[in-house]
Amino acid sequence: MTLFLEKRANYSRLFSALSPFLALGLTLVFGTIMFTVLGQNPAEALYIYFVLPLTDAYLIEQIVLKATPLILIAIGLSVCFRSGNWNIGAEGQYLIGGMIGSLIPVYFNDFQSPIVLPLMMVMGMLGGAMYAAVPAILKSRFGTNEILTSLMLVYVAQQFVDWLVRTPWRDPQGMGFPGTKRFNESAVLPDLLTNGEAHWGTVFAVVAAIGTWFMLSKTMKGFEVTVLGECPRAGRFAGFDAKKMTIFAFLFSGALAGLAGIAEVSGSVEKLDDNLSLGYGFTAIIVAFLGRLNPLGILAAGLILALSYIGGEEAQIVLQISNRATNVFQGLLLFFVLATDTLIHYRIRLELGSSVKGAS
Amino acid sequence: MTNSTKNTGSELLTVTGITKIFGTLKANDNVDLDVNTGEIHALLGENGAGKSTLVKMLFGSLQPTSGSIQWRGSTVTIGSPSAARILGIGMVFQHFSLFDALTVSENIALSLGESVDMNDLAQKTRSVSQEYGLPLDPGALVGDLSVGERQRIEIVRCLLQDPALIILDEPTSVLTPQEADKLFETLERLRDEGRSILYISHRLEEVKRLCSRATILRHGKVVGACDPRKETAASLASKMVGADIDIVHRDNAGNTGEVLLALNSLSMPAATPFAMALKNISLDLRAGEVVGIAGVAGNGQSELFDAISGEATQNNPDDVVINGQSAGLLDISERRNLGAAFIPEERLGHGAVPDFTLSENLLLARHQSDKDRFLKLGKIALINRAAVKILARKIVEDMDVRKSGEDPDASALSGGNLQKFIVGRELDRNPDVMVVNQPTWGVDAGAAARIRQALIDLATSGSAVMVISQDLDEIFEISDRIAVISDGGLSAPAPAKEMTRENIGMLMGATHQATSDGSASAAGNEEARP
Repeated sequence: MTLFLEKRANYSRLFSALSPFLALGLTLVFGTIMFTVLGQNPAEALYIYFVLPLTDAYLIEQIVLKATPLILIAIGLSVCFRSGNWNIGAEGQYLIGGMIGSLIPVYFNDFQSPIVLPLMMVMGMLGGAMYAAVPAILKSRFGTNEILTSLMLVYVAQQFVDWLVRTPWRDPQGMGFPGTKRFNESAVLPDLLTNGEAHWGTVFAVVAAIGTWFMLSKTMKGFEVTVLGECPRAGRFAGFDAKKMTIFAFLFSGALAGLAGIAEVSGSVEKLDDNLSLGYGFTAIIVAFLGRLNPLGILAAGLILALSYIGGEEAQIVLQISNRATNVFQGLLLFFVLATDTLIHYRIRLELGSSVKGAS
Repeated sequence: MTNSTKNTGSELLTVTGITKIFGTLKANDNVDLDVNTGEIHALLGENGAGKSTLVKMLFGSLQPTSGSIQWRGSTVTIGSPSAARILGIGMVFQHFSLFDALTVSENIALSLGESVDMNDLAQKTRSVSQEYGLPLDPGALVGDLSVGERQRIEIVRCLLQDPALIILDEPTSVLTPQEADKLFETLERLRDEGRSILYISHRLEEVKRLCSRATILRHGKVVGACDPRKETAASLASKMVGADIDIVHRDNAGNTGEVLLALNSLSMPAATPFAMALKNISLDLRAGEVVGIAGVAGNGQSELFDAISGEATQNNPDDVVINGQSAGLLDISERRNLGAAFIPEERLGHGAVPDFTLSENLLLARHQSDKDRFLKLGKIALINRAAVKILARKIVEDMDVRKSGEDPDASALSGGNLQKFIVGRELDRNPDVMVVNQPTWGVDAGAAARIRQALIDLATSGSAVMVISQDLDEIFEISDRIAVISDGGLSAPAPAKEMTRENIGMLMGATHQATSDGSASAAGNEEARP
């Protein structure tokens, strides 16, 4: 008996709509098994995971807060990935964006003005874009592999920002903790909701999602992105320049990652410290693919992934299970989402009997 | 020349009632075929008639939905290509599967699938290749070999397994007439040894010369069997298509006007180690004429196409002049805006994006030339999809493109229908200059005739048309003047009436230094951009 994966002639609209539900169903089945083996009541565990966080205003804000940088970064990455540019270094662009955006409140801590915030946001985007330009230029000029260069620059950024907040930028009154002085009020992104958790970064994320969706699906630029990603030779025939696209895609995703960084610094932490690098830039890669590289899909995917994080934290607190178990459960969810997505383009065929037979 | 008593040889392969269904498509419908020992049997049919599907089932890479295969009198299941090889069935594919960076014997060793002694293999390769008049150096790098030599590797690789049945898929499409003649001698020799050959081709003259029996497929069904030697090329063609084929009409003897495309000592260095450098190419293409560029594959055709289209730009503005304007520095969109149109050789992946719909593929080539119609809101460049779809529908009607669904993906169309769409996409603009590479490669006879007629009509209406083709019949059918590309250089074009297959064959084998204009290529090459 052999199992075959056969490419469908056209993609299946049915499975395109069905696959998220199929994935959820499979996750629930295997989650039930997992929690039972762990000696927990599976119904309670799954309730804590998926329902409890949505019944509590504070937890909902936590989800939104967590989803915001993931969504912003993933939207930028969707343009990169669709155009065939593999930017793995969003974490570095996020850090440098947060760092450059903090220049004004760090060096002019007392400067108060309504233009401070917009300046910070723009500088954050520029910082992220400039940092992303390095692998982009290396790729388009010298043909280097952007996966390696962008990834390695993450470690450079991490060490550099860590050094900054421990040495030259450290708050002298900070009891020796690494981190800058707390920003003044005009350098802090206003809160969005009552609990003082979610901030205006969420609005940026929604605007970016809609704007990027419009660009990708309605304009010539989006057409160019998809053509060059799908088929570079046909892109050249169409008169599109793959090198310029590499630069554009990296600058675009770097700018959004940088914006995510400065929004996190200014809206959430309200200073630059050594805890900015939490791996959002890497998790956003998962979010981008979970959202099928569609900005609106990414909006949903970011929220779902954030829900699984917050639900996991709740499960750890309420059920006293280890974070390893919650990681496994999150892994199950991602695994089934990506696995069922396969059915959109492929069908499974079962063939009985051996496939290789000799003569007579 | 062919010995008809061979037909009475015992049956080697009998295919009975084979059906292969892909989804809703019956690629093969109750097909019967029998091949005798020691005969060359032709399998004829248009593209999409089901020839490849049938052959893949015989070679074990596809499994029939129903029906049976008998080999030497007993029923067999051919589960994989290696099972086919064990039975004694060998295949030479139309598209070679060779690694450029490996040597001849390394490539052969890879296909044998077991560990072999390389010295021993090189020895065997040399002896088999000499025995059958297919000279090969086992130590040569495949990347350095001509297409004809590469085909020899495939044939020798097949012969090393001592097959009783050899399947050849369009073997002469990449050969010069002289090389093809040599191949025919080899095939006749193999037949005389008692081997059988299943010969797939759409070149009917060849089939008439070589084959003693033919099975004709149309829409997946066997529609007839005949002795090709007793048929004419026209009668064979109408059996394949199921209708009489329009003959291409040409009646503009020498009504040529001003020069619309000029190439002035165009030289380009090779972009990759396996590409061909262009050497000092000069050509004037005039309004109202079709110039055919003949040549064997891999002699610089695609490089020449890229250089004219602007996919590769020049350093000197006057190297390419379109409509009187120096275009050497311009990119492909700007050259299109000067009135030029381009149709590349590869449909899927170059002329069209496979997973894009027809209307999106229309936008691919027309987004700058039809900016006002297709794009809105200035810099934002919002795509007016409705306008694109309307024009796509018109092109589909004009060119009689057969498709399923309103706006299907390019990859869902047959080769001939997609090519009709791509040709229509450019014709619809009424371009002053049309440059086409392999207009009817892998296209069925009906669509090919339509495309050729459209190109001639375009020239008659006052445009200049350049057709790069490896199909000499096509070149002779539509060209007013013929030039030959070989080794990256171009011979001086001569009126088609003065050219014969023989002198084209000579020019095809020429290195550039020996071409008619005699100008050396090396100097031009050094001047070219880094």
